[in-house]
Amino acid sequence: MRKVAVIAIGYTKVKEHWGLSIRDLFTEAAIMALNEVTIDRVDALYVGNMSSGYCQHQEHLGALMADYIGLKSPPAVKIEAAGASGGMALREGFQAVASGLHDFVIVGGVEKMSDVLTPDITYAMAMAADQEYEAFIGVTFAALNAMIKRAYQHKFGVSDELMATLPVHCHDMASKNPYAQYPFKITVEQVLSSPFVAEPLRLLECSSPADGAAILILCPLEKAKEFTDTPIEIVGVGAATDAIALYQRDDLTTFKATIEAANIAYKMAHIKPEEVDVAEIHDSFSVTGVISLEDLGFFEKGTAAKAISEGEIAPGGKIAVNTFGGLKARGHPIGATGVYQAVEIVKQLRGEAGKNQVDNAEIGLTQNIGGVGGTVTVHIFRRVR
Amino acid sequence: MTKEAGIIGYGAYIPMYRIKACEIGKIWGNHNGHVPIMEKAVAGIDEDLVTISVEAAKYAIRRAKIDPKEIGAVYIGTESKPYAVKPSGTIVAEAIGATPLVVTADFEFACKAGTEAFQACIDHVLSGRIKYAMAIGADTAQGRPGDQLEYTAASGGAAFIFTKRSNKTLAYCEGAVSFVTDTPDFWRRAHEHYPMHAERFTGEPAYFYHIINSVRTLMENMGLKPSDFKYAVFHQPNAKFPVKVAKKLGFTMDQIKPGLLSPYIGNCYAGSSLVGFAATLDIANPGDRILLASYGSGAGSDAFSFVVQDIILEKRNPIPSVRDMIGVRKYIDYSTYVKFRGKIRA
Repeated sequence: MRKVAVIAIGYTKVKEHWGLSIRDLFTEAAIMALNEVTIDRVDALYVGNMSSGYCQHQEHLGALMADYIGLKSPPAVKIEAAGASGGMALREGFQAVASGLHDFVIVGGVEKMSDVLTPDITYAMAMAADQEYEAFIGVTFAALNAMIKRAYQHKFGVSDELMATLPVHCHDMASKNPYAQYPFKITVEQVLSSPFVAEPLRLLECSSPADGAAILILCPLEKAKEFTDTPIEIVGVGAATDAIALYQRDDLTTFKATIEAANIAYKMAHIKPEEVDVAEIHDSFSVTGVISLEDLGFFEKGTAAKAISEGEIAPGGKIAVNTFGGLKARGHPIGATGVYQAVEIVKQLRGEAGKNQVDNAEIGLTQNIGGVGGTVTVHIFRRVR
Repeated sequence: MTKEAGIIGYGAYIPMYRIKACEIGKIWGNHNGHVPIMEKAVAGIDEDLVTISVEAAKYAIRRAKIDPKEIGAVYIGTESKPYAVKPSGTIVAEAIGATPLVVTADFEFACKAGTEAFQACIDHVLSGRIKYAMAIGADTAQGRPGDQLEYTAASGGAAFIFTKRSNKTLAYCEGAVSFVTDTPDFWRRAHEHYPMHAERFTGEPAYFYHIINSVRTLMENMGLKPSDFKYAVFHQPNAKFPVKVAKKLGFTMDQIKPGLLSPYIGNCYAGSSLVGFAATLDIANPGDRILLASYGSGAGSDAFSFVVQDIILEKRNPIPSVRDMIGVRKYIDYSTYVKFRGKIRA
């Protein structure tokens, strides 16, 4: 298997892009990435997206985007795995290059949610849940995560105040990220006084609908130096699945797929969790992020929220997490999120993370969740010396 | 011949019933006080667009001290027509004694329909074909039960009588602009009771974009800047937007405060900016320049610059001011509100 590197990145600001279509978003991010390197061909395109069929009545995104960014008839396909679509697209791109099938691959993620109203977005997101056994009763995606939060706080005795520290941290990071959806700080008090979305989840604990696109260009590591001075190697690739219905889970306070995907990725990268310098984790809800920090092995079960309150995930802490704002504050354009996470780790390892740069970051990790843990991808990146 | 139209009389009407926004919130599970206004005006069970318009028109005629037979046009801007087919303007024109030699029409442009009527009346009187033209903006706005609009959709309106500028007009219009694009932020299809809206899309690309462009174009055309205006009135869909758009354009709270009524009466749609304008005229002094900027979903904004004239001081009493009307209020609960507004359907 060949070693694989990221040689270029592109992205749009995350926000409600009223004036841009889904293809405009993808094209804007792709042009940014293609302007970073001079390559004479693209061998394949993988597009992470969850809801274009529902929100734009548009499928067949692979060929559409290949055409719109001016590629010469490469194989192109949309990858869908709910919120983990971006992470799974990256996995497909990695496999294509690592196997030797392709040399130059574009991995993109795009989501355009502002084309529909909130009830439709709510319905589209609930499609990540088990329709036949769970979603048909009308439960929303937020409601499923609310059940998880209640179970987690009950089991570990974690207070509302501590749970609120993750969104506060993410907004703090996003306040210094020019492409974040919500680039401003919030307080624990504001989180706790915001209205309930699904009790006990409050508004400021939940990521919100967003539009955005992010792009990675991959090639074999052996060729990467021809195109960039700062290639970033993908050294660990893990993915796993679990029952997508909550009622089938033995334990609501952990995501088994995260643990399995992380173990595979750590083993492949030959590292332990404590060696990770910077991580982008999937904080679609406060509780999702807190559980992920524990499942990834960064903190003991039941202790992550307290660690956040003590500054352990800020730059300079035990491990820097969501340094661009995470899903909560950078924004969560569903199918693009996993690619945004990878873009952000690349920026950190290149030393291009601006005011939230982590000193001497060598190893970065992304964790991308689909549904309430039905699919999880974990990728580990390393700076190339 | 003057090239300017003036206002010779104006009147407003706000129903006396009020429902507090927190009373509506209580019904829909919003107990934490996150509501867009304090309270809104509700038309009584025997009130509708026509009665509101007639009340406002009568005050306008009393202030103008003219013979209603000389009113050659009655235009009503509204989205609350009692009849889908049958003009509201004919009922109002008849009630105020302006029939039969009168042009009437009902204008529809969401919340800017009233200022659309302004534009037509101004050009009518300047053409010389009509001596007095009345523009009314009024609504008994409806929000779907449980929708965000239910907190703000209110009842009220104002009437203005235009004629050529003279020493009898209380303010004259020195400039007007209309800025319109096809922006579907809010709509109600035929046979539907309640409007749909595109949530946050009603903000930046709709309300703010259109008002900012109409006002900036007006100021550029006239060589004016925000500090040249004593007062400014913006369309008021809630308490927040008019304050925010004023700030973006460079106007101060002191400039908008006299006409900022949405916290106390809600958004009476086509009447919203016009009632605010009437409240501002209630306290303005000769020589004051007033900016009026409406916004109508769909979407567009009309911006006007008016200059207050000397006779305004003689035209105040005994007609009640808008603030007087706001002070006369009777609170109702949600069940009375749904009865008054016809929300209970078999």
